[in-house]
Amino acid sequence: MSTDRERVLKVEGKPASLGPDLDIGEFTREAKAWSACPVPLLPKDIVRQSLSAGIRADEKDRVGTYFQIDHSVVFQGIQKVFEGKIDMMSTKYAFNKYGWFKDYWWKLVQADTDKYTALAERNWDHGYFIRVLEGQKVTLPLQSCLFISKDGLNQNVHNIIILEPEAEAQVITGCVVHPNVQKGLHVGVSEFYLKKGAKLTFTMIHNWAQNFDVRPRTAVFIEDGAKFVNNYICLKPVKSLQMYPVAYCKGVDSKVRFNSILYGGGNSYIDVGAKIVLQGAGSRGEVISNAIASDRAQIYARGLLVGEHSESKAHLECRGLLLSDKALIHAVPELTAKVGGTELSHEAAVGKIGEDQVQYLMARGFSEADARSLIVRGFMDVSIFGLPDELKDGIKRIVDEAVKGTL
Amino acid sequence: MVASLNLLEIEDLSVEVDGKRILEGVNLEIPEGESHVLFGPNGSGKTSILMTILGFPDYKVVSGRIRFDGIDITNMSIDERVKLGMGIAFQRPPAIRGVKLGDMIHNFLKSDAKAIKKEAELCDALNFEKEFLSRDLNLGFSGGEVKKSEILQVLAQKPKFAMLDEPDSGVDIENLSIIGKVINNFLKESSGLLITHVGYILRYVEVDKSHVLIKGEIACSGEPIKILDQILKEGYGWCEKCLQINKSWCKNVDRQRKSIKG
Repeated sequence: MSTDRERVLKVEGKPASLGPDLDIGEFTREAKAWSACPVPLLPKDIVRQSLSAGIRADEKDRVGTYFQIDHSVVFQGIQKVFEGKIDMMSTKYAFNKYGWFKDYWWKLVQADTDKYTALAERNWDHGYFIRVLEGQKVTLPLQSCLFISKDGLNQNVHNIIILEPEAEAQVITGCVVHPNVQKGLHVGVSEFYLKKGAKLTFTMIHNWAQNFDVRPRTAVFIEDGAKFVNNYICLKPVKSLQMYPVAYCKGVDSKVRFNSILYGGGNSYIDVGAKIVLQGAGSRGEVISNAIASDRAQIYARGLLVGEHSESKAHLECRGLLLSDKALIHAVPELTAKVGGTELSHEAAVGKIGEDQVQYLMARGFSEADARSLIVRGFMDVSIFGLPDELKDGIKRIVDEAVKGTL
Repeated sequence: MVASLNLLEIEDLSVEVDGKRILEGVNLEIPEGESHVLFGPNGSGKTSILMTILGFPDYKVVSGRIRFDGIDITNMSIDERVKLGMGIAFQRPPAIRGVKLGDMIHNFLKSDAKAIKKEAELCDALNFEKEFLSRDLNLGFSGGEVKKSEILQVLAQKPKFAMLDEPDSGVDIENLSIIGKVINNFLKESSGLLITHVGYILRYVEVDKSHVLIKGEIACSGEPIKILDQILKEGYGWCEKCLQINKSWCKNVDRQRKSIKG
């Protein structure tokens, strides 16, 4: 492997700079092997759960599917018409298949960042590899499901997405646990490369469990004229979730947008941010984060914009809604300008539901409870994501169901 | 002859907000089928009357009562009053992110084929782009768009009694005529209370009676055009004097009554 193992081994005990520290020894590496099978033939409860994260077992309106359970790849493939145009397979297969693959491996995320990247380096359990070939514009989504079926399990995936020049794609990925799973640790390393003129909309839905820990490590590299949209939804309680994905707008006129909708319930500890580094002339970035905290949840909503080019511009918006006096939202918007001419701005607003809004809706005939629920659902409006209809309606349903269940 | 039934009856209503008296002994009756207009300078309490009629919790009724359609609604919640058939177009509604104007309209019209047709008719009548229905409520709306959106919601609701708070403020002349005609058509078939302090909307809307509110009290009531002419000529200062004269006159009347009784 291309990384220096010794260097990585040194950080095996190194806590992450943010989020509660975890004892990795508490989680098991023992998982039964799942054999390959078409997604609709998987156990019904698995199919149902994955649907709650936007994954369609029938593959309707989906161009390709990657399905991983625990440490096993159960399905990987694309529709026939896209063969030779799109790759969709486990990163382990891609590693062996393509000589050039190592040029993209641990290049954006450093394996010696913390104990979680070190863990993913030492115990690598597949992950998806998606590559859209030059000039291919795929309007229907590609879907990927990372499923955990065993309680207490540690799953470490390492994902790579490459969009060759002028390629366009929609990717939806769902991370889901079986209803019987309470505890576990998921580490996901993701490195995405958008080459000249490429466009990627990446939508990730997380459905974890109350006692589950999650540590994604993501970095994105954006070349000339390329555009990356990252949508993130996390609605179910989780024990701890810490991630701070970074996008490097390297190219001229490169663009990035991070949208997130977080609903923290129970005792969830959520520390989620987005970092944008503007390096190219005309590069643009935007972070929009909507966070709701109920029960005793703690949410840290971070954002960091770094202007390194004199012709660059980015904006950060962080909105927080507090539904309980025992919950907490801490917004941390940060701007770093390294050169004159870069325009960086932020807005942050955290508070309770406005009584004027509730009363307004009551004057339109809604009961107080319905008015509050409407405002909360509005706060999690997915139309900011700019998704195609094939994804939008399904995701809106997922959000509506989640809100109904929590209010 | 049977006296026409009052749809709205306000009796000796006094109201406080944050401990401060904002309405004092207001009496107002609006018979079924009639529409009235409420004049008054800025800060006289016009909007406060509407908020109190609708039951906004910040407006504490310290004395008096409100009856609507024969029912005492003084202590009812806002939504209960709306269910009885009240509707309102606010002057300055709050923006609500993610909640669409269409969500409001669909809540009133439900969602069958008929409703979609009705919705299109209403948008047409107000010269409103249909794409507006998918925008976040009042977020980044212009002054005219706010008014139209508010009126659109009232039309979709079709209340027995509509309260319209300054539908003419900040509206350009073309839109004033559109809004005015729509309101007039609507009020022909229901009842309402219209607030205006400049009176522009009355070029298009016929009303039955007007009242002038000064410092939280009704200074006079009468024929709309006459009163508006007087206000335009003399300003609200004249009404203030009028209120003082009325009061001293009333005190004299009280004294006389007492002396008669005595």
